[in-house]
Amino acid sequence: MAGTDEKFMQISMGPQHPSTHGVLRLLVTTDGEVLSGVKPYIGYLHRGLEKIAERLTYPQFTPFTDRLDYLAAMNCNLAYAMTVEKLLNVEIPRRAQILRVIMAELNRISSHLISFGSFSADMGAFTPFLFGIREREFINDLFEMTCGARLTYNYIRIGGVSQDIPEGFIDKTREFLDYFPAKIKEYNELLSFNAIFIKRLANIAVISPEDAFDYGVTGPNLRASGIKWDLRRAEPYLIYNELDFDIPVGKGEMGKVGDSWDRYMMRIYEMEQSANIVRQCLDMLEAGDYTAKISKVLKPPAGEVYVRAENPRGELGFYLISDGSAKPYRLKIRAPSFANLSIITKLARGVMMADLIAIIGSLDIILPEIDR
Amino acid sequence: MISLIEHMTAGLSNAGPFMRIVVTTIIMLVSGVIVLAVALLYEGVATYAERKVAGDIQARIGPNRVGPYGFLQFIADGVKLLLKEDIIPFYADKWLFIAAPYIVFTASFAAFVPLSYSDHVYVANLNVGILYMIAISSVVSMAVLMGAWGSNNKWSLFGGMRAVAQIVSYEIPIILSLLAALIIPASLTMKDIIVYQSGGFGIFRWLIFNNPFTLLAFFVYYIAAIAEVNRTPFDIPEAESEIVAGYHTEYTGMRFAFFFMAEYGDMFVVSAIAVTLFLGGWQIPFIGALSMPLWLREVLEVAVFFTKIFLLIYLMMWIRWTLPRLRVDQLMELCWKYLTPIAFFNLIGASVWVLLLNGKGVYDIIAGLLIH
Repeated sequence: MAGTDEKFMQISMGPQHPSTHGVLRLLVTTDGEVLSGVKPYIGYLHRGLEKIAERLTYPQFTPFTDRLDYLAAMNCNLAYAMTVEKLLNVEIPRRAQILRVIMAELNRISSHLISFGSFSADMGAFTPFLFGIREREFINDLFEMTCGARLTYNYIRIGGVSQDIPEGFIDKTREFLDYFPAKIKEYNELLSFNAIFIKRLANIAVISPEDAFDYGVTGPNLRASGIKWDLRRAEPYLIYNELDFDIPVGKGEMGKVGDSWDRYMMRIYEMEQSANIVRQCLDMLEAGDYTAKISKVLKPPAGEVYVRAENPRGELGFYLISDGSAKPYRLKIRAPSFANLSIITKLARGVMMADLIAIIGSLDIILPEIDR
Repeated sequence: MISLIEHMTAGLSNAGPFMRIVVTTIIMLVSGVIVLAVALLYEGVATYAERKVAGDIQARIGPNRVGPYGFLQFIADGVKLLLKEDIIPFYADKWLFIAAPYIVFTASFAAFVPLSYSDHVYVANLNVGILYMIAISSVVSMAVLMGAWGSNNKWSLFGGMRAVAQIVSYEIPIILSLLAALIIPASLTMKDIIVYQSGGFGIFRWLIFNNPFTLLAFFVYYIAAIAEVNRTPFDIPEAESEIVAGYHTEYTGMRFAFFFMAEYGDMFVVSAIAVTLFLGGWQIPFIGALSMPLWLREVLEVAVFFTKIFLLIYLMMWIRWTLPRLRVDQLMELCWKYLTPIAFFNLIGASVWVLLLNGKGVYDIIAGLLIH
C-alpha cells in the first residue's frame, strides 16, 4: 500500500462507522474520492468461540453457534447439529428434518431481508430498510411462537429440534407466505429497478468466477458470478433432494455477471425460492417425533468430521475432532463471511469511496462470524 | 409590514436626522426579530413534518409523545440540543470551527428577508431581490468549508470538499434556469415578479405556464435546488453511510443544530424562490381577481404562499425518503452533462420567445385569440 506517500490520505473507516455492518475496521488509502487500497482489520468481536467449544460439552456449544451469524442463527444451529450428528451417526426423524428445513429457510428469508434493508440504507435509501424490518417481524413472531426467542433461537438441537411447533404455526406461516410475494414485488419496484440504484451498482466490483474460486467466495456472492453451486443441491442434506426449487445465478442483467447489482439481486431471488421451499415443506409435514432419542451425555466416538451447510451468507463449515470424551477436542469454524471479506482488497482498488460502501453491502458480511 | 415602515418613515421626514436613524433602526430590528421568529418556528415545524412524513412513508408512526400528535417534539429536541455538552475538538481550528455554524445560519436566515410573503407583507423590497438571494446562499458553501476544515477530521474534510463542489456546480443550472424565467417580468424584485403573474384566474399567468422553456426551467431549477440544499438523492456532502456525517461530523449540540436549521431554512428559501418565480407567489388561485377586505386578502395571500412552499417541501421530503443516493461523480455528471446544457438551452429558448412574442405567455396568446 502506498500509505506513506504524501499524495494519499489514510483514513480509518470503522470500527465505528455507520456502514461497516458491525465492528469492521477498514484502513482506506485514498486520493480524494478514489481509493488506492483497502485493508480490513478484524478481530474487534473476537470471543474465542473455537476455544470455548473445547471447554464445553457438545450440546452446551449449540447456543454459541447462535452468536456466529446472529441474523441466521437457525442455519448456524443446523450446521453444528448436523456436524455432531454425523459424528454420532444418528438418524433424525423425518418430522424433525422437515421442521429444520422450514426454520432454516424462514431464517434465510429474514437474514436476506436484513441484508436487503441494510444494503439499501448504505445506498442512501432508508425506507426499504424499514420495509425489510417490517416483513422480518412476521418471521420473528413465528420463531417466537416456536421457541420463545426472536434472535438467538437455539432451536435446532443435536438430534432434532428443541420442541414441536405450536398450534397455529402452520396457518400463520401460510399467511406470511401468501403475503410475502407482493412485498418482494414492492421491493423491486422501490429499489431493485430504481434507475439510481442500478447506476450505482451495475458494473461495480465485478467478481469473476476465477476470483470467486481463488478467494473461496461462497453463497449468493458466488452464485452472482454465474456459478450454480448451492450445497442444498450439490450435496443435499436433510430433505433438500425431495424439494423443488431453483438456484438463481447472476446473469448480468444490468451490467456484467458478478457485479454488485447481481449480488444484491441474488438475495431477492433466493427469498422467493425459500418461500417456495417453506410452502412445500408445510405440505410435506407429517406426524412424528421432533427429535431423535439421544442420551443426555454425548460421548461421540473418536474421529473427525467436516460438515458444511448452505447458510444465507455462504458455506458454513464445522471441522470437529472428537477424542471420545464429552467435549470436542477441536472445533474449527469455516465462516463464509471471512472468505467473502477477503476479496475486498482486490475489489476495492481504484473504486470510489461510495463504491466501497456498495461493495461491503453487496458482499453482505457479518462480523461476529468473521471474528468468532 | 413594509407599508407600515414606509408610513412611519414618511411621517419622520420632518424629524431630525438622528431621530430618523433611531426609529428606522428600531423598526428594522423589530421586523428582523419577527422574521427570525417565523423562520425558527417554521424550522421547528419542518423538522416535525419531516419526521412525520418519513414515518408515514416508512409504515411507522413517527413522533407521538410530546404534545398532541407529538407536535411539540421539535421543542423537546431544541431543548435537548441546547443542553448538550458543547464539544470543540482539541485539534480543531477553533475560530473557524466556532464561526462556521453562525455563518451558515445567518446566510440561510438572511435569505428570508427579501421574500414577498404577500402583497403588503415583506421586510425589504430589494430591487436586486433574486440576485441577493443567490449571493447570500452561496455564502453557505464557504461556511461549510470553514467548518469542515476547522473540524480537523478527515470525514469532515471529505464532506466539505463534496459540499463545495456540489453547491458551486449546481448554482450554474440554478441561475441559468432562474434567468430563463426572470427575463419575462424583467425584474429582480420579488414583489414585481409576483405582481407580473397576476390575472389568468390566478394560475394561468404563472411563469411556469408562460412558455415551454419556463416549464422545463422549473424542473431544472427544482432538481438543482434539491442538490443545492443537500437532500437525498443528492445528500452526498453528509452521506451518513459513506462519510459518517460529512462536514458536521464533529459538531454537537447547538452548533450542530445551526447546521440542521440552516438546511431546513435553505429548503424553505429554494422553495420560496420556486414559488415566487414560477408558481405565482402569493397569487390566490381562482379568486385572485375578486374583491375582498384587505386584511382577508393579505391573510389568504400569506396562506397561499406558505401552502405552495410547503407542497414543494413535502415533495422534497417524499423524494428523500424514496430514492437512493447518487455517487459523487454521477452527481457532477448530472449537473454538467445534463442540467447545465438544458438550462442553457432554456435560457436561449426563453430569450427567443420573449424577443419574438414581446414576452407574451401562452395564456396571453390563447386569450388574445379568443377575444378576436
